[in-house]
Amino acid sequence: MTNTAHINPLENEAIYIIREVAAQFENPVLLFSGGKDSITLVRLAQKAFYPAKIPFPLMHIDTGHNFPETIEFRDNLVKELGLELIVRNVQDSIDQGKVKEESGKYASRNSLQTTTLLDAIEEFKFDACIGGARRDEEKARAKERIFSVRDDFGQWDEKNQRPELFDMLNGEIELGQNVRVFPISNWTELDVWSYIEKEDIDIPSIYFAHTRPTFIRDGLIWSTNDDVVYREEDELVEERMVRFRTVGDMSCTAAVLSSATDISTVVQEIRDSSISERGARIDDKRSEAAMEKRKQQGYF
Amino acid sequence: MDVLKIATAGSVDDGKSTLIGRLLYDTKSLTNDKLEAIERASKQKGFDYLDFSFATDGLVAEREQGITIDVAHIYFSTNTKSYIIADTPGHVEYTRNMVTGASTSQAAIVLIDARKGVIEQTNRHFFINNLLRVKDVIVAINKMDLVDFSEETYNNIKADFEALMEKRDYQDQRITFIPVSALKGDNVVHGSDNMPWYNGQTLIEHLEQLKTEDIYNTGTPRFPVQYVVRPKTNEFHDFRGYAGKVYGGDLSVGDDVVVLPSQTKSKIKEIYAYDKTFDTASRRSSVTITLENDINVSRGDMIVKENDLPTIEKQFTATICWMDAKQLTSGAKYLLQHGVNKVLARVENIHHKINPDYSGISTDAQSLGMNDIASVSFKLNRPIFYDAFKEHRTNGSFILIDSQSNNTVGAGFIQ
Repeated sequence: MTNTAHINPLENEAIYIIREVAAQFENPVLLFSGGKDSITLVRLAQKAFYPAKIPFPLMHIDTGHNFPETIEFRDNLVKELGLELIVRNVQDSIDQGKVKEESGKYASRNSLQTTTLLDAIEEFKFDACIGGARRDEEKARAKERIFSVRDDFGQWDEKNQRPELFDMLNGEIELGQNVRVFPISNWTELDVWSYIEKEDIDIPSIYFAHTRPTFIRDGLIWSTNDDVVYREEDELVEERMVRFRTVGDMSCTAAVLSSATDISTVVQEIRDSSISERGARIDDKRSEAAMEKRKQQGYF
Repeated sequence: MDVLKIATAGSVDDGKSTLIGRLLYDTKSLTNDKLEAIERASKQKGFDYLDFSFATDGLVAEREQGITIDVAHIYFSTNTKSYIIADTPGHVEYTRNMVTGASTSQAAIVLIDARKGVIEQTNRHFFINNLLRVKDVIVAINKMDLVDFSEETYNNIKADFEALMEKRDYQDQRITFIPVSALKGDNVVHGSDNMPWYNGQTLIEHLEQLKTEDIYNTGTPRFPVQYVVRPKTNEFHDFRGYAGKVYGGDLSVGDDVVVLPSQTKSKIKEIYAYDKTFDTASRRSSVTITLENDINVSRGDMIVKENDLPTIEKQFTATICWMDAKQLTSGAKYLLQHGVNKVLARVENIHHKINPDYSGISTDAQSLGMNDIASVSFKLNRPIFYDAFKEHRTNGSFILIDSQSNNTVGAGFIQ
């Protein structure tokens, strides 16, 4: 009896892209947020180089406002896989006076990450940064290339992107430039969740339904953490059974009501869901062009 | 799950974005918050209908000008397939984007405005999809609501297009005609009460019955080595694996193979996909192969079956689509990327330009400008291992890179 390496077109494409990064660049890094997309990337990178170890480090830009569950998960993962982890903190950029903490009701450190990230890329001289962004997340991301060139200032020139033909990836860059690489560009949110289920990949517990103190603002469910998330007095705290669909900062990630306590019910809920994933990202609601503006400045 | 990539081509105002929006809306792929955003934006512009183009036109400049200026990717899925639409702009000056979109697609939708019929742009859109050997082309004759759903108009346009089809190079391309109204929803997902004379499939019905084994190009197996895996751990101390993607056909354990360019013979010993071993690697799969003999293989080498060698040459002639503002001239040197292999290439001769609208060729070309298509011969600093594009879509194509700007400046299809 013969057995055939199965075809999962999205996985094959992602593995191909990750191998191109290792082959074409001197000093790549995988940007790891602790979210499901970057966890999926780690699994794909394991697959790409097995039985060898992943030949590049992970880097986490820590806003200091992450869910503690995410940080714990991150540390366990790198330990288990024997990977190198680099952490750079937004708090340091604030202390150095490079960025100014936002204030007010919608204050978030999400956009402050950009400065810390660009500084870290310069510090380590990374020439390729692998990220878990997907084109289906948001309209400006739908135009993103798989190899997306950033200039010495980390900027994205969306009107002057290299054409990408067939599956040939042009990684030629000048010194000082770097390439952002998106191996799961063509995956949808559901593709990622289905893959996590099929591959039995561990994810942080906040992706599953749990009770936590929350309050409602603008029709979204916010996690209560008075150190990090500003809350008006009339925004009353209530215990709710929720899970998170995306894991960003506590200050910009809304929860959804859920009773899904395991991966198969989560996948089912996503299938049935009528709100897209970024609908729960408070930072994108600021304006129609919010993401495009942040990307031009070097945001992931 | 199957993934089908589709490229779209249409002129300005043919209603491409509306068609895609309609596909998303009628397959219930638009979520509530996206729908609300479309409603909000449509109202702001003073429309009394939903403008689905807001769902796809992603960049600020596009929303301001109401046109699509770059390739956008749109995703939706049904119970049988995941679809990826490469929405490419229709303007003359953006031919390069259309070539880009078609290069990764197995099916294409060419839009025609029923009021205008087959126009010069239609010729271009068809030409490019035929040049790129996209297997399945759907000619969507749109805005049927504006021609009173007339069967006669549809038949006339179909006849004009069929005349065009006689000129095509790739005769095996499958062409399907569908009369649609993207704005009103006729024959996109749901059938049409307004066109009882049309008995064919709706657009989505046609896409649903396409089988990937029919629409993905096949050929002889080619395995370009992407990366050499050497773990040097205790458990895998002497492991030397060749990581890459299988193109064209399947490879199996025990196959007699030749490694190019060294022409060293060996046999496939193991096929790994992650931590499992397999007897066969099917085309399009990313695997790691080990060989029976301990031979020197590095990135850019190619593993092929012994009885199925590609052409190994330092020169060839190719059809080029030029994509850069800086012109291509005779004698100019470029980096040529063929799969994962990079060599230096010099332009030997520009034989002739090919008008991408089936109006013939012009023979006295000295240089190529943006969007020009031409027959060009090249000389390389070392041989590559290629097939003719018509035999092998992957191993017969390459890109040209300007070594000063590092930009991808051209696409080539080896003749």
